[in-house]
Amino acid sequence: MSTTTLTPKITMAQAINTALRDAMTADDRVVVFGEDVGPLGGVFRVTDGLTASFGEDRCFDTPLAESGIVGMAIGMAMNGMRPVIEMQFDAFAFPAFEQIVSHVAKMANRTRGKVRLPMVIRVPYAGGVGGVEHHCDSSEAYYAHTPGLLVVTPATNADAYGLLRAAIDSPDPVIFLEPKKQYFSKEEVDVTAPVPPIGRAVVRREGRDATLITYGPSVPVALAAAEQAAAEGRDVGVVDVRSIVPFDDETVCAAVRATGRAVVVAEAPGFASVASEIAARVTERCFHHLEAPVRRVTGFDIPFPAPKLERHQLPGVDRILDAVDDLQWEES
Amino acid sequence: MSDSLSRMLDEHGNVVEGVDPATLPPLADLLDGYRALVVARRFNDQASALVRQGRLAVYPSSHGQEACQVAAATVLGEHDWLFPTYRDCAAVVTRGVDPVEVLTLLAGEWHCGYDPVATRVAPQCTPLATQLPHAVGVAHAARLKGEDTVVMALCGDGATSEGDFHEALNFAAVFRAPVVFLVQNNKYAISVPLARQSAAPSLAAKGVGYGVPAELVDGNDLAALTSVLAAAVERARSGGGPTLVEADTYRIQAHTNADDASRYRNDDEVAKWLPRDPLLRLKAYLTAQGVLDAEREAAFAQVAEEMAAHVRAGSAGEGTADPSELFRHVFAEPTPQLREQSELLAAELTADLEAAR
Ligand SMILES: Cc1ncc(C[n+]2csc(CCOP(=O)(O)OP(=O)(O)O)c2C)c(N)n1
Ligand SMILES: [Mg+2]
Repeated sequence: MSTTTLTPKITMAQAINTALRDAMTADDRVVVFGEDVGPLGGVFRVTDGLTASFGEDRCFDTPLAESGIVGMAIGMAMNGMRPVIEMQFDAFAFPAFEQIVSHVAKMANRTRGKVRLPMVIRVPYAGGVGGVEHHCDSSEAYYAHTPGLLVVTPATNADAYGLLRAAIDSPDPVIFLEPKKQYFSKEEVDVTAPVPPIGRAVVRREGRDATLITYGPSVPVALAAAEQAAAEGRDVGVVDVRSIVPFDDETVCAAVRATGRAVVVAEAPGFASVASEIAARVTERCFHHLEAPVRRVTGFDIPFPAPKLERHQLPGVDRILDAVDDLQWEES
Repeated sequence: MSDSLSRMLDEHGNVVEGVDPATLPPLADLLDGYRALVVARRFNDQASALVRQGRLAVYPSSHGQEACQVAAATVLGEHDWLFPTYRDCAAVVTRGVDPVEVLTLLAGEWHCGYDPVATRVAPQCTPLATQLPHAVGVAHAARLKGEDTVVMALCGDGATSEGDFHEALNFAAVFRAPVVFLVQNNKYAISVPLARQSAAPSLAAKGVGYGVPAELVDGNDLAALTSVLAAAVERARSGGGPTLVEADTYRIQAHTNADDASRYRNDDEVAKWLPRDPLLRLKAYLTAQGVLDAEREAAFAQVAEEMAAHVRAGSAGEGTADPSELFRHVFAEPTPQLREQSELLAAELTADLEAAR
């Protein structure tokens, strides 16, 4: 008989903190490091109290150098540890791009599987927080395009907990993208629920008429759009991809086949994006079930705007509903 | 080059023993410098107030570091370049850029509010140390073009850990580029204290490995900063190559308004630095020299108040952010895709307006 242990309502930052704590307690090979993650507890307080609880060898600040952080994590993983490192913001991971793309992603294949890198790179990402330049990038496409990296992004606090536990347990390197605008939204979390496997999407809302496919920061927006559509008499479902790599074709395509209409929603610029990949896969696999071309609602192909203009860049309820309206309803 | 601290005025405004008073910058320059310090301090206070009123998204204050900011800007000639970071608003203001345009970034209007080419001030840079190789490039290009331009490149203590800092120093040395690197060592990178950042005897010591002459200077002493930086600029201008200057100073306030410094340092530590305030010691010196009196002080305060009033007026409205601009500058000629997206947004905004009517 299983008992559930619900936490009180906690924020996503606390859910991730709890996952780190539980993983560090369960396995002393798990070490956490990065910029300001020690005494400060991270600029978003995600690592709050970990140094106090586990000591400086388990959670520590490094000198300010992202390439150094990722490179050192690679070495520690090669020597049997399980580093969980933090990049302070999306765009501040870019100095580490070389280490991530040339080594984190390729080490296992290069060594015929002799050296796997069980490490997690946590990255707060995307906009919606009124941040200035370099604090709002949606960088998932760079990682997803790099063979050898698992790419995961939770949209709920329960998934933030569960997927991070799964990521830390994974034998492969995981880029763990945290939608920073959700850090302080509160939910109860069942920490005893089975850890969701990486690679499975989840249907957040059933719908018969059309399917919104989305992930991370756009999930709550898509749910709001579906709610509004329902009020207007249209039954729109929402699939939360959760795991960008590996991608769950089965769940996504089953949902689309049931409705025949799909809109992919994501914040990143649409050109050569994860949304494009999803649209292509759905089109290839569900073509004979589709009543209309798969639409994408994404950010424009521009550098992320300054705070006073960011609302124009973010996919909102209206843009999603407009796209749904465009799905050739007359002809059906 | 030395590991010893170069200082001209002590905390009380007395000329330090062993320093020949004749080597101090001219009194008139120091008086101008003091006025700039007063304006810089007022700018910091005004910007912090604007944050509290919700008019700025964020402000990284240089309170306590104003001498570094003022010296870095005032030792430059009209055609020289300044490469500032997010913390260096006061340096940009001292350089003569309209303070309202300086705050465009932090007000969330656009990423840079002034014209870098016209003002010879690069956009304030956020990704740490990444601007330093650019500074070397501007300097090297000036050399190739036969211009006597010098570049002043700023960064913090934390930024010296980034790879780009080291690459910039090495390139500058190899190409004998006319760059002065000024590291404002304010002892913290957000919460991380210097001791966790570097095990080197000093940050200036990092010049040795690259063959870059380096100098450690009291970062709260405008006289010493001005002498050291002016000499470095002169050396660079006359073909002597780059210099690394470490300014020993302190971040009196939190990293930004969003930071809670009480989580990682205590007030006693901050209190020790308060008497070393750069304004106090210069004021004491100039007063003792008989060139600063209450009347002058009031005149400087008046200049600072006018600047503050200008900043308040400039940030009072709704701002000028124009959505159609989002597509205009990405390329010299917008791509067909950007034109299409621009039209989409325009149509959306028109429809919104009509719906609101
Ligand atoms: C490449 C990069 N990594 C991380 C950050 C986030 N960040 C902003 S300021 C800062 C501390 C910088 O410290 P320091 O260089 O000493 O400058 P200070 O803020 O003290 O002036 C950090 C980590 C960043 N801006 N860029
Ligand atoms: Mg610093």
